[in-house]
Amino acid sequence: MNLVLHVWRQKNAQDKGKMVRYDAKGVSPDMSFLEMLDVVNEELIAKGEDPIAFDHDCREGICGMCGVVINGLAHGGHVGTTTCQLHMRHFSDGDEIYIEPWRAKAFPVIKDLVVDRGAFDRIIQAGGYISVATGNAPDGNAIPVPKPSSDLAMDAAACIGCGACVAACPNGAAALFTSAKISHLGLLPQGQAERFRRVVDMVQQMDTEGFGNCTNHRECEAACPKQISTDFIARMNRDYIRGSLSRRPDKVGGGDG
Amino acid sequence: MELNANIPSGPIEKKWDQHRFEMKLVNPANKRKYTVIVVGSGLAGAAAAASMGELGYNVKCFCFQDSPRRAHSIAAQGGINAAKNYQNDGDSIYRLFYDTVKGGDFRAREANVYRLAQISVNIIDQCVAQGVPFAREYGGLLANRSFGGAQVSRTFYARGQTGQQLLLGAYQALERQVHTGKVQMFARHEMLEVIVAGGKARGIVTRNLTTGKIESHLADAVCLATGGYGNVFFLSTNAKNCNVTASWRAYKKGACFANPCYTQIHPTCIPVSGDYQSKLTLMSESLRNDGRIWVPTKSGDKRTPSEIPEDERDYYLERKYPSFGNLVPRDIASRAAKDMCDQGRGIGETGLGVYLDFADSIRRLGAKTISERYGNLFEMYERITGEDPYKVPMRIFPAVHYTMGGLWVDYNLMSSIPGLFVLGEANFSDHGANRLGASALMQGLADGYFVIPYTIGNYLAQAKLEKLDGENADVKDAENTVNARIKKMLDIKGKRTVDSIHRELGKIMWEYCGMARNESGLNKALGRIPELREEFWNNVNVLGGNEEFNQSLEKAGRVADFLELGELMCRDALHRNESCGGHFRTEYQVEGEALRNDDDYCYVGAWEYTGDRSEPKLNKEPLSFENVHLTQRSYK
Repeated sequence: MNLVLHVWRQKNAQDKGKMVRYDAKGVSPDMSFLEMLDVVNEELIAKGEDPIAFDHDCREGICGMCGVVINGLAHGGHVGTTTCQLHMRHFSDGDEIYIEPWRAKAFPVIKDLVVDRGAFDRIIQAGGYISVATGNAPDGNAIPVPKPSSDLAMDAAACIGCGACVAACPNGAAALFTSAKISHLGLLPQGQAERFRRVVDMVQQMDTEGFGNCTNHRECEAACPKQISTDFIARMNRDYIRGSLSRRPDKVGGGDG
Repeated sequence: MELNANIPSGPIEKKWDQHRFEMKLVNPANKRKYTVIVVGSGLAGAAAAASMGELGYNVKCFCFQDSPRRAHSIAAQGGINAAKNYQNDGDSIYRLFYDTVKGGDFRAREANVYRLAQISVNIIDQCVAQGVPFAREYGGLLANRSFGGAQVSRTFYARGQTGQQLLLGAYQALERQVHTGKVQMFARHEMLEVIVAGGKARGIVTRNLTTGKIESHLADAVCLATGGYGNVFFLSTNAKNCNVTASWRAYKKGACFANPCYTQIHPTCIPVSGDYQSKLTLMSESLRNDGRIWVPTKSGDKRTPSEIPEDERDYYLERKYPSFGNLVPRDIASRAAKDMCDQGRGIGETGLGVYLDFADSIRRLGAKTISERYGNLFEMYERITGEDPYKVPMRIFPAVHYTMGGLWVDYNLMSSIPGLFVLGEANFSDHGANRLGASALMQGLADGYFVIPYTIGNYLAQAKLEKLDGENADVKDAENTVNARIKKMLDIKGKRTVDSIHRELGKIMWEYCGMARNESGLNKALGRIPELREEFWNNVNVLGGNEEFNQSLEKAGRVADFLELGELMCRDALHRNESCGGHFRTEYQVEGEALRNDDDYCYVGAWEYTGDRSEPKLNKEPLSFENVHLTQRSYK
């Protein structure tokens, strides 16, 4: 099939950027979306034109590196599907496809479809872990974890950090991403010791990074390639209230901050 | 070069304990005076960087992705082995050790493998404490499954996303250290050279992939945890950007490259659909627990699977290997599939595929149970192929998956360059000629959490390092090499794209150095690869400049190194006149099974770089088997 692409081209962070039209000819329905872009890029290089920059790595839907907005929808809007796993059989001959980067204040564009998602790492740094140095651990079966808690924790932990939730949110909020990590750790007995300080610190970092507030549009849940539920945002909010009410200042010399 | 494996003396059960006692320690107050570089942020790299940061070293960690959480360990599906014996089914450290040595076809170092089996139990404890949501039974205790050729249930798993969850555990530990300031993280940075000064590894040269800036980073020791080189085949299950560059730069600075021809072809991947194909997707081999593999008995049978009656199907693994059946190790399963396709019994449009059929299991256990076990894998398969595996059998074919070869290291994980340590898939150490399922995650984390934190101290405590600054001639040399190489690539301005040359290299490698190899094929490859390399350096077209975000330039540098590595792999495969594990030479077989030659080839082949115009030198580290008796591997 033959397609017409309109792709966001932006030379670097300073450049203003614009949509540019390309023809994609002879696209096979079995190609992935990124393979289609590969083919377009090979043609561009042959013509001496700068290929379209896009982030990608594992191409099997788990690394979270890829992600573009396709016809206004993050990852193209198919249930549980990352851009790399979206196949061209979902398009028809003659379709016009608009391809843009994630658009959010906290994700500045680096080039074309590539954005800087360093803010997500900084949210994790603020508390998205259980403080257990290597070698400190008791036997793996010392603390039983009820299967339902473990399963629910796994549902939250499935987040791949791609940023589609932010791109889909009209407010550019990172609530789904942040709440997924808070819930994953907060549901496990191992995560209880730091549960309430974690939620306060991570939410604070999320705000510092310039993400917007959650106003329950739930676009994030619809766009999430791992189908993470907005229930986790409710869980985060409950924990946040408890955490912020019960928080006491650290004692001087009492811990590493 | 003399290769000293530095294996501690004493009985195998005591070696690691004894060694830990004998190693020199760095005083806690002195650790902060040392800087260690870790390249790569997968299981081995993230675990190492976090653990060394916790100990008090200053760590600088580098990855080429936009975040350390993207490293390709994340894609591992099946699980991680550990000799916990929670299932009371006869497992033990000794059995895990034995299975791994045997599975590796007796080409791994016994002492390393034993240590790996010992450490395996601590890994599970550590990961559970970090919050890795492993599968659990209703009583709240950890669940296990049997996996990839093991007759005990020792595999821990988190749905089909075990690698992801283990990596996120290590990543979170790493980010905690970034928060404390003990680890400095450099994402979107690619290592392009090792700095060797005074005979020791003292730093790396990197390119900032966002700005193109070339920078030197100096340290007291360097750890490479940069993964495997499967992408030399162009098509593999590796992530698109996995590459050999870090290892290859180290090789050219004096680190020996061991057993490069040992590559693992995974039996259960989705078959290739067209020329545009950019990568191959693995379907976890846990599927073989409940799926039955078959092809039609008649060659050229083009009927749909449902039209082929039971008595015209050949469940060839069950027929040939009655005791292991569909669960034979990966190398055997892959070769058997190739055999069937070579006989013209392959399925699908290309004839390059076999069926993996769940109909019997669905009848026996119900679709619900199958969906609980493999739901996400079935969805993934349907997303890619458009076919529903609950209704029609999956089509699978082998694909390059893992490389057992890698930089040579001693028992302390130090390469032949003092101060350069190599961890995880990037080293050669523990899997011999074939890796068992669920052992890669175990090895990456063992190296990162529990080996390097000890051995790095032992090195630093005795290293007597001189002061070094950015003006040092060795540092400048390394930077100049990087700059000159980039300029050379940008100046070619030829006609071919980087990908087209990479695809061509991949075809040569798959044809002549893939699942089955022979002398005449390998010689052909050894003729064609240098020609292709010549073509690259005269006719490749790399657009754009250095001082910008330039993915074409990144790719070009990686492919240039693959074009050299490919030749070394073929050379290694040609010299090894035997079949073992993933290395199958058609001249050396008995009744279709690999025929080892322990008299002449029971050694690690470690290649030493001697210059671009001279042949590499082969160094041999003899392997001795004092605990596991050398036998012909049989799964019949």
